[in-house]
Amino acid sequence: MKWLYNIVEKLRPTFSEGGKLHALHSLFDGFDTFLFTPNTTAKRIGAQVHDATDSKRTMIIVVLALVPAMLFGMYNIGYQHFLATGEIVAGGLTWALFWKAFAFGLLALLPYIIVSYIVGLGIEFTVAQWKHEEIAEGFLVTGFLIPLIVPIDTPLWMVAIVTAFAVIFAKEIFGGTGYNIFNVALITRAFLFFAYPTKMSGDKVFVRTEGTWGWDNGQALVDGFSGATPLGQIATAQDPSIVLHNTVGEPMTMLSAMNGLYPGSVGETCVWAILLGACLLLMTGVASWKTMLSVFVGGGLMAWIFNISGIDNAAANTPWYMHLALGGFAFGAVFMATDPVTSARTECGKWIYGFLVGALAILVRCFNPGYPEGMMLAILFGNLCAPLIDWCVVQVNIRRRQKRAAVK
Amino acid sequence: MKLSDKTKETLLGPLSANNPVIVQILGICSALAVTVQLKPALVMGIAVTIIVAMSNVVIALIRNTIPMRIRIIVQLVVVAALVTLVSEVLKAFAYDVAVQLSVYIGLIITNCILMGRLEAFAMSNNVWDSFLDGLGNGLGYAIILVIVAFFRELLGSGSLLGFQVIPQWCYEHGYVNNGMMMMPAMALILVGCIIWVHRSINKEEK
Repeated sequence: MKWLYNIVEKLRPTFSEGGKLHALHSLFDGFDTFLFTPNTTAKRIGAQVHDATDSKRTMIIVVLALVPAMLFGMYNIGYQHFLATGEIVAGGLTWALFWKAFAFGLLALLPYIIVSYIVGLGIEFTVAQWKHEEIAEGFLVTGFLIPLIVPIDTPLWMVAIVTAFAVIFAKEIFGGTGYNIFNVALITRAFLFFAYPTKMSGDKVFVRTEGTWGWDNGQALVDGFSGATPLGQIATAQDPSIVLHNTVGEPMTMLSAMNGLYPGSVGETCVWAILLGACLLLMTGVASWKTMLSVFVGGGLMAWIFNISGIDNAAANTPWYMHLALGGFAFGAVFMATDPVTSARTECGKWIYGFLVGALAILVRCFNPGYPEGMMLAILFGNLCAPLIDWCVVQVNIRRRQKRAAVK
Repeated sequence: MKLSDKTKETLLGPLSANNPVIVQILGICSALAVTVQLKPALVMGIAVTIIVAMSNVVIALIRNTIPMRIRIIVQLVVVAALVTLVSEVLKAFAYDVAVQLSVYIGLIITNCILMGRLEAFAMSNNVWDSFLDGLGNGLGYAIILVIVAFFRELLGSGSLLGFQVIPQWCYEHGYVNNGMMMMPAMALILVGCIIWVHRSINKEEK
């Protein structure tokens, strides 16, 4: 690392006050602190929190926690694609095909990651430069989340536009990283959903039927292929007692829903990979276990109520445990609802917030066939309510203490 | 004709520095509702301009004879009469636009800009100034409507005044109209953007 350090030190005068490229100093600072620990830290005077976990480390832990879901997502992209073209038949998976599927998914997903980072970081850097602030690392996680929550068939220019929109209107307008009301990655998805509904719903978009980088272009699809996600099938089902099936018509069980080899947004399908990420988040204390647990409790309870309510539609008839495993529920609960900026902050508020998000997600799934998946809307609504929940919790606390003080 | 400074201020002030929509934040509701396409927005802008100007004139003419206690009722009657007139004219000569605008023509009666101008200006100024004031405020409202509708129709439908402006080969190469632009939510964001730009330009006026 010495050589890298030397390069940075050599470049420092160019970007410092009076240097040739002083205009770009925030860019330089950003990379400098990204690579090395700053020399100066806050002095030990007054009340300051000294903690090894700065926001960069927090962010990078979330990114690490997302890696299992992303790797599985890559494999699933390729797997679904080759299932659709008939190259992989059910039960006939070999190691060669496994790696081929993974490579295909890698190539398909990579442009999304690159586009989301270039657009998002570009705006972030520009704004930091413009406002003479340091570059905030908030986009590190957002940029990683965006490719994982959009369908793999979304055109790249759309991803670029909605990323720009979300970063400007959901984050920078409110004051940048840490001040946003809504989860920026979810705003990206919500904007995509409302602006380009044809690319975000239906049974065509969640499986990559076209090739990538010219590989496997224009393949014919096998007979009986259906790219409908399980939740899509539930939403469009005429028969309330529908049996869910995967891309090539095999019935789905709870285990296959957990395993995640079915169409969906890239990162959301495999519950095991998400749980692995959840373990890391909980062990490092980055995400709150209260929020996470209460989302599952709220969703499970709501779905169970629908199960026994006797309402005769496919979503209400889907067992409550399936609801928790399908679609973006687990992904949203682990990575989105627990966002420390936009979720509730009071300990009691976290329970209420999580429960609200989980219950609302299932409510949307069961009552609105226009939105097969309610998790996105539920979390955004939860974000909206979080400050109110916190305020109420604090007020209740204050009132209780006042009462206690008045008795004496 | 050379305008005096005061007249100029009365007429041109509402266009930018004292714009009813983006500075006083009045009449937002109809600005969201009728701006999906440029044509209804234009018609709405013209209609509101005529009604504000004319009602200002009428109220300024009779302002000394209106009893203070019932002035709101009198203003409403004048505005309602003018709105009905405009509505009938639109139905007769531009039926399809009238259908597109539907209730929003009738709802001009409740447009805050109208009552605001009548109360704040026409009740205490002479006829000519009131006319200019109404004209300026109506145009200030119309300008914002047209800007919002321009972007909404261009990005939401790929057309302007009904003519397709985004070439067909864009669509063949995967371009898709932005459905969000058709929703009132996006109009609100666009109005917000206009306010943003306007305030960063006119910073020193604060």
